[in-house]
Amino acid sequence: MRIQVNGTARDVEVDPDTPLLWVLRDVLNMTGTKFGCGAALCGACTVMVDGVAVRSCITEVGSIGSGAVTTIEKLGDTKTGQALQKAWLDVDVVQCGYCQSGQLMQAAALLEVNAQPDDAAIDDAMAGNICRCGTYPRVRAAIKQAAADLKGRR
Amino acid sequence: MTANATKVRRTARWAAPVLATVAVAALGTYVAEAQQARSNNLMTPGVQRAVAATGLAPVESFSSIQNTAERSIALFLEASKVVEHPRCINCHPVTRRPTQGDDMHAHVPPITSEAATHAAGVPCGSCHGQSNRPTGSAGIQSIPGAPHWGLAPQSMGWQTLTSGQICEQLKDPKRNGNRSLEQIRVHMSEDHLVAWAWHPGQGRTPAPGTQEQFGSLIAAWIATGAHCPK
Repeated sequence: MRIQVNGTARDVEVDPDTPLLWVLRDVLNMTGTKFGCGAALCGACTVMVDGVAVRSCITEVGSIGSGAVTTIEKLGDTKTGQALQKAWLDVDVVQCGYCQSGQLMQAAALLEVNAQPDDAAIDDAMAGNICRCGTYPRVRAAIKQAAADLKGRR
Repeated sequence: MTANATKVRRTARWAAPVLATVAVAALGTYVAEAQQARSNNLMTPGVQRAVAATGLAPVESFSSIQNTAERSIALFLEASKVVEHPRCINCHPVTRRPTQGDDMHAHVPPITSEAATHAAGVPCGSCHGQSNRPTGSAGIQSIPGAPHWGLAPQSMGWQTLTSGQICEQLKDPKRNGNRSLEQIRVHMSEDHLVAWAWHPGQGRTPAPGTQEQFGSLIAAWIATGAHCPK
């Protein structure tokens, strides 16, 4: 099976019902994407397919087709990703860090469809990304900073 | 053993603490929001009747009702055991917030949809695929899915309405997507998303009866004048 991951065609020998998460982590050794709950409840496994946030733990790899998968490993290649990474460091968002790759991917997906989200929009979009350390206020602040940064560049 | 199961087993040992944390948090949310659902009167008498139903009575069993209008109403009330079943009504919110489960608790994660399929940044497709999907979690057996998964439009909100109010809404072209009664019949009898209600995936109770029986009841309701209960 051939899938598109971070701009590269990758051939993987897996059953079509294998969750995308395990293809990324165990077959392609891209361990930035995390396993949290296995049931699309926590958001730790969030990646993007064609620019849309997807929970990779319950997404069968056979369902992706030619869709372009973007993972945390490639997030820094986009302006949005760079702005988010800088904001994450400036605000010092991370505590334990386990959920943060999912938080960042979901934040990037939000900024794709809403360049200047207010608090309510951020809360709505990020509600499915659980953080055991409670970094939510800093996640919200960092998204706002990244949005302001991107607006200033245009 | 499938590749899926192998991967899950491989990860289960180290992931257990994370899983437990999320599960406990999710359980607390479920309980709190299920209580909220009851206090918001989402479990109307019609929904409770639908949940309790174990099947659908055949059209012929209503032939003893001599008054045509009364027979039409009885046919609709039988069909409403599907219309008001949680497999259908959970995604027909009056608000833009879907519910889930037979107790109609709030959707987890919380979702507020601006359009039928799109909450900003978190479209339904982030989790709901083209078919029901198995999970790697013991507590939730599957994530429901079908093509064009999404909320019914605002005008087709059914939650908190009586069976009679839903009936009137179904007949109103201004609120039913500009459909004729024949188009309503076809939709109920043949639509694939309606069909999902009888194939909802592991861990979910299907709607009562079959789609064919449901379609027959709707057809008979229309044929008898499409009268609505008060």
